[in-house]
Amino acid sequence: MAKITFITQDDEQITLEADSGSVMELAVENGIAGIDGDCGGVCSCATCHVHVKPEHQAKVGEASEIEQDMLELDDEANEYSRLCCQIEVSDDIDGVIFKVAH
Amino acid sequence: MTISIFPDPFEQARTTDGVSTIDDQNDPVTMVMGLKDVRKCAHNWKSFQSGGEEVGRIVVPSEAAIRDVRQIPFEVDPPEHGGFRKLVEPWFKRPLEADYQEKLKVIIDELVEEAIKQPKIEVVEEFALKLQSRALTLLLNTPFEESEVWIGWGTHVFRSKDTDLDGDKANLLYDYIDKEIEKAIANPNDNFYSVLLASEVNGKKLTKEEIKGVISLTFAGGRDTVINAVTNTIAYFSEHPESLQRLHDEPEITTKAVEELVRYFSPLTHMGRVVTEDTAVCEHAVKADSRISLCWASANRDAKAFENPDEVVLDRKLNPHVGFGFSTHNCLGATHARQILAILIGSLSSKLSSIDAFENEENIEDWQQFQRKVGFHSLNVAFNAK
Repeated sequence: MAKITFITQDDEQITLEADSGSVMELAVENGIAGIDGDCGGVCSCATCHVHVKPEHQAKVGEASEIEQDMLELDDEANEYSRLCCQIEVSDDIDGVIFKVAH
Repeated sequence: MTISIFPDPFEQARTTDGVSTIDDQNDPVTMVMGLKDVRKCAHNWKSFQSGGEEVGRIVVPSEAAIRDVRQIPFEVDPPEHGGFRKLVEPWFKRPLEADYQEKLKVIIDELVEEAIKQPKIEVVEEFALKLQSRALTLLLNTPFEESEVWIGWGTHVFRSKDTDLDGDKANLLYDYIDKEIEKAIANPNDNFYSVLLASEVNGKKLTKEEIKGVISLTFAGGRDTVINAVTNTIAYFSEHPESLQRLHDEPEITTKAVEELVRYFSPLTHMGRVVTEDTAVCEHAVKADSRISLCWASANRDAKAFENPDEVVLDRKLNPHVGFGFSTHNCLGATHARQILAILIGSLSSKLSSIDAFENEENIEDWQQFQRKVGFHSLNVAFNAK
Protein backbone atom coordinates (compact mmCIF):
# COMPACT_ATOMS: atom_id res chain seq x y z
CA MET A 1 0.00 0.00 0.00
CA ALA A 2 1.44 3.38 -1.07
CA LYS A 3 0.61 6.74 0.50
CA ILE A 4 0.21 9.47 -2.10
CA THR A 5 -0.34 13.15 -1.35
CA PHE A 6 -1.89 15.73 -3.65
CA ILE A 7 -1.70 19.48 -3.07
CA THR A 8 -4.31 21.34 -5.10
CA GLN A 9 -4.17 24.88 -6.48
CA ASP A 10 -6.15 25.98 -3.41
CA ASP A 11 -3.40 24.48 -1.24
CA GLU A 12 -5.66 21.72 -0.01
CA GLN A 13 -3.56 18.70 0.97
CA ILE A 14 -5.11 15.25 0.50
CA THR A 15 -3.31 11.99 1.29
CA LEU A 16 -4.68 8.77 -0.21
CA GLU A 17 -3.68 5.13 -0.08
CA ALA A 18 -3.74 2.65 -2.94
CA ASP A 19 -1.92 -0.41 -4.24
CA SER A 20 -2.75 -0.47 -7.95
CA GLY A 21 -4.00 1.53 -10.92
CA SER A 22 -2.63 4.86 -12.09
CA VAL A 23 -2.16 7.97 -9.99
CA MET A 24 -4.68 9.77 -12.25
CA GLU A 25 -7.33 7.11 -11.56
CA LEU A 26 -6.75 7.46 -7.83
CA ALA A 27 -7.10 11.24 -8.05
CA VAL A 28 -10.27 11.12 -10.18
CA GLU A 29 -11.90 8.50 -7.94
CA ASN A 30 -11.30 10.78 -4.99
CA GLY A 31 -12.32 14.02 -6.69
CA ILE A 32 -8.96 15.79 -6.53
CA ALA A 33 -9.58 19.28 -7.94
CA GLY A 34 -7.62 19.96 -11.14
CA ILE A 35 -7.21 16.31 -12.17
CA ASP A 36 -9.84 15.47 -14.79
CA GLY A 37 -8.35 12.54 -16.70
CA ASP A 38 -10.72 13.17 -19.62
CA CYS A 39 -9.13 10.59 -21.93
CA GLY A 40 -9.16 7.84 -19.32
CA GLY A 41 -5.39 7.59 -19.11
CA VAL A 42 -3.99 7.19 -22.63
CA CYS A 43 -1.88 10.36 -22.64
CA SER A 44 -4.13 12.27 -25.00
CA CYS A 45 -5.72 15.09 -23.03
CA ALA A 46 -3.12 16.46 -20.56
CA THR A 47 -5.81 17.08 -17.91
CA CYS A 48 -3.86 15.22 -15.20
CA HIS A 49 -0.78 17.43 -15.04
CA VAL A 50 1.15 17.43 -11.74
CA HIS A 51 4.47 18.74 -10.48
CA VAL A 52 6.42 16.13 -8.55
CA LYS A 53 8.09 17.46 -5.39
CA PRO A 54 11.80 17.59 -6.33
CA GLU A 55 12.85 15.25 -3.53
CA HIS A 56 10.48 12.56 -4.89
CA GLN A 57 11.38 12.87 -8.55
CA ALA A 58 13.75 9.91 -8.56
CA LYS A 59 11.01 7.58 -7.22
CA VAL A 60 8.58 8.59 -9.94
CA GLY A 61 10.96 8.62 -12.87
CA GLU A 62 11.00 10.61 -16.08
CA ALA A 63 8.29 11.20 -18.65
CA SER A 64 8.43 9.22 -21.89
CA GLU A 65 9.02 11.08 -25.14
CA ILE A 66 5.32 11.01 -26.00
CA GLU A 67 4.45 12.39 -22.56
CA GLN A 68 7.15 15.06 -22.86
CA ASP A 69 5.71 16.13 -26.20
CA MET A 70 2.33 16.63 -24.55
CA LEU A 71 3.82 18.57 -21.64
CA GLU A 72 5.95 20.77 -23.88
CA LEU A 73 2.87 22.76 -24.92
CA ASP A 74 1.43 23.16 -21.43
CA ASP A 75 1.95 26.67 -20.09
CA GLU A 76 2.46 25.35 -16.55
CA ALA A 77 5.11 22.78 -17.52
CA ASN A 78 8.48 22.69 -15.77
CA GLU A 79 11.23 20.15 -15.13
CA TYR A 80 9.10 18.45 -12.44
CA SER A 81 6.04 18.00 -14.65
CA ARG A 82 4.37 14.65 -15.23
CA LEU A 83 1.01 13.50 -16.57
CA CYS A 84 -0.07 11.33 -13.66
CA CYS A 85 -2.04 8.90 -15.86
CA GLN A 86 1.40 7.64 -16.83
CA ILE A 87 2.49 6.96 -13.23
CA GLU A 88 1.53 3.55 -11.85
CA VAL A 89 0.72 3.23 -8.16
CA SER A 90 3.13 0.87 -6.39
CA ASP A 91 5.18 0.66 -3.19
CA ASP A 92 8.01 2.29 -5.12
CA ILE A 93 6.25 5.66 -5.00
CA ASP A 94 5.16 5.44 -1.35
CA GLY A 95 5.24 8.88 0.30
CA VAL A 96 5.31 10.86 -2.93
CA ILE A 97 3.84 14.39 -3.03
CA PHE A 98 2.28 15.86 -6.17
CA LYS A 99 1.32 19.50 -6.65
CA VAL A 100 -1.62 19.73 -9.06
CA ALA A 101 -0.55 22.00 -11.94
CA HIS A 102 -3.94 23.55 -12.87
CA MET B 1 -13.04 -7.10 -44.97
CA THR B 2 -13.53 -3.65 -46.42
CA ILE B 3 -16.14 -1.45 -44.78
CA SER B 4 -14.29 -1.13 -41.47
CA ILE B 5 -11.10 0.00 -43.18
CA PHE B 6 -10.54 3.75 -43.23
CA PRO B 7 -7.44 4.40 -45.34
CA ASP B 8 -5.01 7.21 -44.57
CA PRO B 9 -4.75 9.35 -47.72
CA PHE B 10 -2.29 11.77 -46.10
CA GLU B 11 0.67 9.48 -45.42
CA GLN B 12 2.84 10.51 -48.34
CA ALA B 13 2.27 14.25 -47.89
CA ARG B 14 2.87 13.93 -44.16
CA THR B 15 6.13 12.05 -44.47
CA THR B 16 7.57 14.07 -47.38
CA ASP B 17 6.51 17.73 -47.01
CA GLY B 18 4.54 17.80 -43.77
CA VAL B 19 2.07 20.21 -45.38
CA SER B 20 -0.13 20.26 -48.48
CA THR B 21 -2.18 23.10 -49.97
CA ILE B 22 -5.73 22.69 -51.21
CA ASP B 23 -8.11 25.25 -52.66
CA ASP B 24 -11.37 26.19 -50.97
CA GLN B 25 -13.57 28.70 -52.82
CA ASN B 26 -10.43 30.54 -54.06
CA ASP B 27 -9.18 30.86 -50.47
CA PRO B 28 -6.37 28.25 -50.27
CA VAL B 29 -5.72 26.23 -47.15
CA THR B 30 -2.30 24.86 -46.14
CA MET B 31 -3.04 21.59 -44.38
CA VAL B 32 -0.65 20.74 -41.54
CA MET B 33 -0.11 17.00 -41.36
CA GLY B 34 2.22 15.73 -38.61
CA LEU B 35 1.10 15.28 -35.00
CA LYS B 36 3.75 17.54 -33.46
CA ASP B 37 3.19 20.34 -35.98
CA VAL B 38 -0.60 20.10 -35.65
CA ARG B 39 -0.34 20.37 -31.88
CA LYS B 40 2.09 23.29 -32.04
CA CYS B 41 -0.12 25.23 -34.41
CA ALA B 42 -3.28 24.43 -32.42
CA HIS B 43 -1.57 25.75 -29.31
CA ASN B 44 -0.32 28.94 -30.99
CA TRP B 45 -3.57 30.91 -31.06
CA LYS B 46 -1.72 34.19 -31.52
CA SER B 47 -0.28 33.28 -34.93
CA PHE B 48 -3.16 30.99 -35.95
CA GLN B 49 -6.41 32.52 -34.86
CA SER B 50 -9.96 31.23 -34.59
CA GLY B 51 -11.59 34.58 -33.91
CA GLY B 52 -11.02 37.47 -36.29
CA GLU B 53 -13.39 39.45 -38.46
CA GLU B 54 -14.54 36.88 -40.97
CA VAL B 55 -16.90 34.58 -39.10
CA GLY B 56 -16.99 31.02 -40.45
CA ARG B 57 -13.71 31.30 -42.37
CA ILE B 58 -11.83 28.83 -40.16
CA VAL B 59 -14.16 26.03 -41.16
CA VAL B 60 -13.09 24.09 -44.26
CA PRO B 61 -15.03 24.42 -46.52
CA SER B 62 -15.43 28.01 -45.37
CA GLU B 63 -18.87 28.95 -44.08
CA ALA B 64 -18.12 32.69 -44.36
CA ALA B 65 -20.60 33.08 -47.23
CA ILE B 66 -23.49 31.34 -45.45
CA ARG B 67 -23.38 32.52 -41.86
CA ASP B 68 -22.52 35.56 -39.77
CA VAL B 69 -23.30 34.05 -36.37
CA ARG B 70 -20.05 33.64 -34.46
CA GLN B 71 -19.86 30.19 -32.84
CA ILE B 72 -18.87 30.62 -29.18
CA PRO B 73 -16.41 29.87 -27.61
CA PHE B 74 -15.00 28.20 -30.75
CA GLU B 75 -14.60 31.39 -32.83
CA VAL B 76 -13.32 33.59 -30.01
CA ASP B 77 -9.64 33.75 -29.02
CA PRO B 78 -8.01 34.34 -25.65
CA PRO B 79 -8.24 36.28 -23.47
CA GLU B 80 -11.97 36.80 -24.25
CA HIS B 81 -12.32 33.07 -24.94
CA GLY B 82 -11.44 32.15 -21.35
CA GLY B 83 -14.57 33.67 -19.78
CA PHE B 84 -16.91 31.95 -22.25
CA ARG B 85 -15.14 28.61 -21.92
CA LYS B 86 -15.22 28.79 -18.13
CA LEU B 87 -18.93 29.52 -18.22
CA VAL B 88 -19.94 26.62 -20.47
CA GLU B 89 -17.41 23.97 -19.42
CA PRO B 90 -19.22 22.75 -16.26
CA TRP B 91 -22.40 22.34 -18.31
CA PHE B 92 -20.55 20.22 -20.89
CA LYS B 93 -19.04 18.06 -18.10
CA ARG B 94 -22.51 16.93 -16.95
CA PRO B 95 -22.14 13.66 -18.92
CA LEU B 96 -19.79 12.56 -16.10
CA GLU B 97 -22.76 12.46 -13.71
CA ALA B 98 -24.33 9.04 -13.01
CA ASP B 99 -27.86 10.32 -13.62
CA TYR B 100 -26.93 11.64 -17.09
CA GLN B 101 -25.26 8.34 -17.97
CA GLU B 102 -28.28 6.33 -16.87
CA LYS B 103 -30.57 8.41 -19.09
CA LEU B 104 -28.17 8.08 -22.01
CA LYS B 105 -28.06 4.32 -21.49
CA VAL B 106 -31.88 4.17 -21.67
CA ILE B 107 -31.81 6.06 -25.00
CA ILE B 108 -29.11 3.82 -26.50
CA ASP B 109 -30.47 0.50 -25.15
CA GLU B 110 -33.89 1.31 -26.58
CA LEU B 111 -32.46 2.01 -30.04
CA VAL B 112 -30.42 -1.20 -29.98
CA GLU B 113 -33.47 -3.23 -28.85
CA GLU B 114 -35.59 -1.69 -31.63
CA ALA B 115 -32.90 -2.47 -34.20
CA ILE B 116 -32.66 -6.10 -33.06
CA LYS B 117 -36.36 -6.55 -33.84
CA GLN B 118 -35.87 -5.42 -37.45
CA PRO B 119 -34.50 -7.84 -40.04
CA LYS B 120 -32.33 -4.99 -41.36
CA ILE B 121 -31.80 -1.32 -40.54
CA GLU B 122 -30.07 1.58 -42.25
CA VAL B 123 -27.66 2.79 -39.58
CA VAL B 124 -27.11 6.45 -40.53
CA GLU B 125 -30.76 7.61 -40.68
CA GLU B 126 -32.46 5.02 -38.50
CA PHE B 127 -29.91 4.62 -35.73
CA ALA B 128 -27.04 7.13 -35.57
CA LEU B 129 -29.08 10.26 -36.39
CA LYS B 130 -31.75 9.25 -33.88
CA LEU B 131 -29.15 8.45 -31.23
CA GLN B 132 -27.33 11.76 -31.77
CA SER B 133 -30.56 13.80 -31.68
CA ARG B 134 -32.03 12.05 -28.63
CA ALA B 135 -28.72 12.29 -26.75
CA LEU B 136 -28.61 16.02 -27.56
CA THR B 137 -31.82 16.50 -25.54
CA LEU B 138 -29.76 15.45 -22.50
CA LEU B 139 -26.92 17.82 -23.33
CA LEU B 140 -29.30 20.77 -23.79
CA ASN B 141 -31.64 19.52 -21.04
CA THR B 142 -34.66 19.93 -23.30
CA PRO B 143 -37.72 17.63 -23.66
CA PHE B 144 -37.08 14.30 -25.42
CA GLU B 145 -39.77 15.09 -28.04
CA GLU B 146 -37.63 17.97 -29.34
CA SER B 147 -35.36 15.35 -30.93
CA GLU B 148 -38.06 14.62 -33.53
CA VAL B 149 -37.57 18.13 -34.96
CA TRP B 150 -33.81 17.68 -35.18
CA ILE B 151 -34.09 14.23 -36.75
CA GLY B 152 -36.16 15.92 -39.45
CA TRP B 153 -33.25 18.19 -40.34
CA GLY B 154 -31.14 15.30 -41.65
CA THR B 155 -27.56 14.35 -40.96
CA HIS B 156 -25.80 17.69 -41.25
CA VAL B 157 -26.98 21.04 -40.01
CA PHE B 158 -25.25 23.05 -42.74
CA ARG B 159 -24.70 20.51 -45.49
CA SER B 160 -27.31 18.82 -47.60
CA LYS B 161 -26.63 15.82 -49.78
CA ASP B 162 -26.15 17.90 -52.95
CA THR B 163 -23.97 20.65 -51.58
CA ASP B 164 -21.37 21.12 -48.89
CA LEU B 165 -22.66 24.58 -48.08
CA ASP B 166 -26.38 24.94 -47.65
CA GLY B 167 -27.42 28.43 -46.54
CA ASP B 168 -31.09 27.49 -46.28
CA LYS B 169 -30.28 24.81 -43.73
CA ALA B 170 -28.16 27.24 -41.70
CA ASN B 171 -31.08 29.69 -41.61
CA LEU B 172 -33.45 26.94 -40.56
CA LEU B 173 -31.20 26.27 -37.57
CA TYR B 174 -30.86 29.95 -36.65
CA ASP B 175 -34.60 30.60 -36.90
CA TYR B 176 -35.20 27.59 -34.67
CA ILE B 177 -32.64 28.79 -32.09
CA ASP B 178 -34.09 32.34 -32.12
CA LYS B 179 -37.53 30.92 -31.31
CA GLU B 180 -36.17 28.72 -28.53
CA ILE B 181 -34.34 31.68 -26.95
CA GLU B 182 -37.60 33.70 -26.99
CA LYS B 183 -39.44 30.75 -25.42
CA ALA B 184 -36.84 30.56 -22.64
CA ILE B 185 -37.13 34.33 -22.03
CA ALA B 186 -40.91 33.99 -21.70
CA ASN B 187 -40.76 30.82 -19.58
CA PRO B 188 -37.39 30.37 -17.89
CA ASN B 189 -36.63 26.76 -16.93
CA ASP B 190 -33.53 24.63 -16.42
CA ASN B 191 -32.53 24.05 -20.04
CA PHE B 192 -29.29 25.32 -21.59
CA TYR B 193 -30.98 28.37 -23.14
CA SER B 194 -32.28 29.51 -19.74
CA VAL B 195 -28.96 28.83 -18.03
CA LEU B 196 -27.18 30.98 -20.63
CA LEU B 197 -29.80 33.74 -20.36
CA ALA B 198 -29.17 33.91 -16.61
CA SER B 199 -25.36 33.93 -16.99
CA GLU B 200 -22.73 36.61 -17.11
CA VAL B 201 -19.32 36.57 -18.78
CA ASN B 202 -16.71 39.12 -17.75
CA GLY B 203 -19.36 40.95 -15.72
CA LYS B 204 -21.83 41.25 -18.59
CA LYS B 205 -25.02 39.34 -19.39
CA LEU B 206 -24.77 37.29 -22.56
CA THR B 207 -26.51 38.86 -25.57
CA LYS B 208 -29.05 36.89 -27.59
CA GLU B 209 -26.50 36.79 -30.41
CA GLU B 210 -23.90 35.27 -28.10
CA ILE B 211 -26.37 32.68 -26.83
CA LYS B 212 -27.21 31.83 -30.44
CA GLY B 213 -23.48 31.40 -31.02
CA VAL B 214 -23.10 28.92 -28.16
CA ILE B 215 -26.19 26.91 -29.07
CA SER B 216 -25.40 26.79 -32.80
CA LEU B 217 -21.93 25.44 -31.97
CA THR B 218 -23.56 22.75 -29.85
CA PHE B 219 -25.81 21.74 -32.74
CA ALA B 220 -23.24 21.96 -35.54
CA GLY B 221 -20.16 20.59 -33.80
CA GLY B 222 -21.78 17.44 -32.55
CA ARG B 223 -23.93 16.49 -35.50
CA ASP B 224 -22.15 14.64 -38.32
CA THR B 225 -19.13 13.99 -36.08
CA VAL B 226 -21.18 11.93 -33.64
CA ILE B 227 -23.18 10.33 -36.45
CA ASN B 228 -19.95 9.25 -38.18
CA ALA B 229 -18.40 7.96 -34.95
CA VAL B 230 -21.49 5.86 -34.15
CA THR B 231 -21.94 4.53 -37.69
CA ASN B 232 -18.26 3.73 -38.12
CA THR B 233 -18.17 1.93 -34.77
CA ILE B 234 -21.00 -0.31 -35.96
CA ALA B 235 -19.19 -0.89 -39.26
CA TYR B 236 -16.08 -1.88 -37.28
CA PHE B 237 -17.93 -4.38 -35.09
CA SER B 238 -19.63 -5.92 -38.12
CA GLU B 239 -16.23 -7.08 -39.32
CA HIS B 240 -14.74 -7.65 -35.86
CA PRO B 241 -17.06 -9.88 -33.83
CA GLU B 242 -14.03 -10.88 -31.74
CA SER B 243 -13.75 -7.26 -30.58
CA LEU B 244 -17.42 -7.23 -29.63
CA GLN B 245 -16.81 -10.34 -27.56
CA ARG B 246 -13.62 -8.95 -26.03
CA LEU B 247 -15.33 -5.75 -24.90
CA HIS B 248 -18.03 -7.89 -23.32
CA ASP B 249 -15.43 -9.99 -21.49
CA GLU B 250 -13.13 -7.08 -20.59
CA PRO B 251 -15.34 -4.00 -20.10
CA GLU B 252 -12.45 -2.32 -18.29
CA ILE B 253 -10.79 -1.62 -21.67
CA THR B 254 -13.83 0.37 -22.90
CA THR B 255 -12.33 3.81 -22.23
CA LYS B 256 -9.20 2.87 -24.16
CA ALA B 257 -11.33 1.45 -26.99
CA VAL B 258 -13.29 4.71 -27.21
CA GLU B 259 -10.09 6.74 -27.57
CA GLU B 260 -8.74 4.33 -30.17
CA LEU B 261 -11.90 4.39 -32.28
CA VAL B 262 -11.92 8.20 -32.15
CA ARG B 263 -8.27 8.22 -33.24
CA TYR B 264 -8.81 5.74 -36.05
CA PHE B 265 -12.02 7.26 -37.43
CA SER B 266 -11.11 10.92 -36.71
CA PRO B 267 -14.70 12.06 -37.30
CA LEU B 268 -13.56 15.62 -38.05
CA THR B 269 -10.87 15.57 -40.75
CA HIS B 270 -9.46 19.02 -40.11
CA MET B 271 -10.20 22.50 -38.81
CA GLY B 272 -8.77 25.75 -40.10
CA ARG B 273 -7.12 28.79 -38.58
CA VAL B 274 -6.40 32.24 -40.03
CA VAL B 275 -2.73 33.22 -40.03
CA THR B 276 -2.15 36.58 -38.30
CA GLU B 277 1.51 37.22 -39.29
CA ASP B 278 4.01 36.07 -41.89
CA THR B 279 5.44 32.91 -40.36
CA ALA B 280 6.41 29.32 -41.16
CA VAL B 281 4.77 25.95 -40.65
CA CYS B 282 6.95 22.89 -40.95
CA GLU B 283 9.57 25.03 -42.73
CA HIS B 284 7.01 26.29 -45.26
CA ALA B 285 6.30 30.02 -45.34
CA VAL B 286 2.71 31.03 -44.66
CA LYS B 287 1.49 34.58 -45.19
CA ALA B 288 -0.57 36.78 -42.92
CA ASP B 289 -4.32 36.51 -43.70
CA SER B 290 -3.90 33.13 -45.42
CA ARG B 291 -5.34 29.97 -43.90
CA ILE B 292 -3.88 26.79 -42.48
CA SER B 293 -5.76 23.72 -41.32
CA LEU B 294 -4.93 21.35 -38.51
CA CYS B 295 -5.41 17.93 -40.06
CA TRP B 296 -6.47 15.82 -37.09
CA ALA B 297 -7.05 12.79 -39.32
CA SER B 298 -3.50 12.87 -40.65
CA ALA B 299 -1.90 13.57 -37.26
CA ASN B 300 -3.77 10.60 -35.83
CA ARG B 301 -1.95 8.24 -38.24
CA ASP B 302 1.51 9.70 -37.63
CA ALA B 303 3.86 6.72 -37.31
CA LYS B 304 6.24 8.85 -35.25
CA ALA B 305 3.72 8.74 -32.41
CA PHE B 306 1.59 5.64 -33.03
CA GLU B 307 2.79 2.08 -33.51
CA ASN B 308 0.82 0.37 -36.27
CA PRO B 309 -1.13 3.58 -36.91
CA ASP B 310 -3.45 2.02 -39.49
CA GLU B 311 -4.65 -0.70 -37.15
CA VAL B 312 -7.35 -0.49 -34.51
CA VAL B 313 -5.64 -1.59 -31.29
CA LEU B 314 -8.55 -1.60 -28.85
CA ASP B 315 -6.45 -1.42 -25.68
CA ARG B 316 -3.82 0.99 -27.05
CA LYS B 317 -2.14 2.29 -23.90
CA LEU B 318 -0.30 5.35 -25.22
CA ASN B 319 -2.66 7.16 -27.52
CA PRO B 320 -1.85 10.88 -27.77
CA HIS B 321 -4.46 11.42 -30.49
CA VAL B 322 -6.02 14.73 -31.49
CA GLY B 323 -9.42 13.36 -32.50
CA PHE B 324 -11.02 15.93 -30.20
CA GLY B 325 -8.63 18.67 -31.29
CA PHE B 326 -5.97 20.10 -29.02
CA SER B 327 -5.29 23.01 -26.66
CA THR B 328 -7.43 26.17 -26.33
CA HIS B 329 -10.23 25.12 -28.66
CA ASN B 330 -10.35 21.39 -27.94
CA CYS B 331 -13.76 19.80 -28.33
CA LEU B 332 -16.27 21.07 -25.78
CA GLY B 333 -18.56 18.12 -26.52
CA ALA B 334 -15.87 15.49 -25.99
CA THR B 335 -17.23 14.35 -22.61
CA HIS B 336 -20.68 13.81 -24.14
CA ALA B 337 -19.22 12.05 -27.20
CA ARG B 338 -17.02 9.76 -25.08
CA GLN B 339 -20.03 8.72 -22.99
CA ILE B 340 -22.10 8.03 -26.09
CA LEU B 341 -19.42 5.73 -27.49
CA ALA B 342 -18.70 4.01 -24.17
CA ILE B 343 -22.39 3.31 -23.52
CA LEU B 344 -22.95 2.24 -27.13
CA ILE B 345 -20.06 -0.23 -26.88
CA GLY B 346 -21.49 -1.58 -23.61
CA SER B 347 -24.94 -1.97 -25.12
CA LEU B 348 -23.81 -3.62 -28.35
CA SER B 349 -21.40 -6.00 -26.62
CA SER B 350 -23.94 -7.11 -24.04
CA LYS B 351 -26.87 -7.58 -26.41
CA LEU B 352 -25.38 -8.72 -29.73
CA SER B 353 -23.50 -11.79 -30.84
CA SER B 354 -22.66 -10.26 -34.22
CA ILE B 355 -23.60 -7.63 -36.79
CA ASP B 356 -24.09 -8.46 -40.47
CA ALA B 357 -23.34 -5.66 -42.92
CA PHE B 358 -25.05 -5.34 -46.30
CA GLU B 359 -25.13 -2.68 -49.00
CA ASN B 360 -23.60 0.67 -48.15
CA GLU B 361 -22.56 3.98 -49.66
CA GLU B 362 -19.30 5.40 -48.36
CA ASN B 363 -18.96 9.11 -47.59
CA ILE B 364 -15.72 10.12 -49.30
CA GLU B 365 -14.63 13.70 -48.67
CA ASP B 366 -13.06 15.34 -51.71
CA TRP B 367 -10.06 17.50 -50.75
CA GLN B 368 -8.66 17.54 -54.32
CA GLN B 369 -5.38 15.59 -53.99
CA PHE B 370 -6.84 13.77 -50.99
CA GLN B 371 -9.93 11.59 -51.03
CA ARG B 372 -10.82 10.66 -47.47
CA LYS B 373 -13.42 8.20 -46.28
CA VAL B 374 -14.96 9.80 -43.21
CA GLY B 375 -18.03 7.61 -42.81
CA PHE B 376 -21.08 6.45 -44.73
CA HIS B 377 -24.04 8.06 -46.47
CA SER B 378 -25.85 4.81 -45.76
CA LEU B 379 -25.01 1.47 -44.17
CA ASN B 380 -27.43 -1.41 -43.95
CA VAL B 381 -26.92 -3.96 -41.20
CA ALA B 382 -28.66 -6.66 -39.20
CA PHE B 383 -28.15 -6.79 -35.42
CA ASN B 384 -28.01 -10.42 -34.28
CA ALA B 385 -29.13 -10.81 -30.66
CA LYS B 386 -27.32 -13.11 -28.25
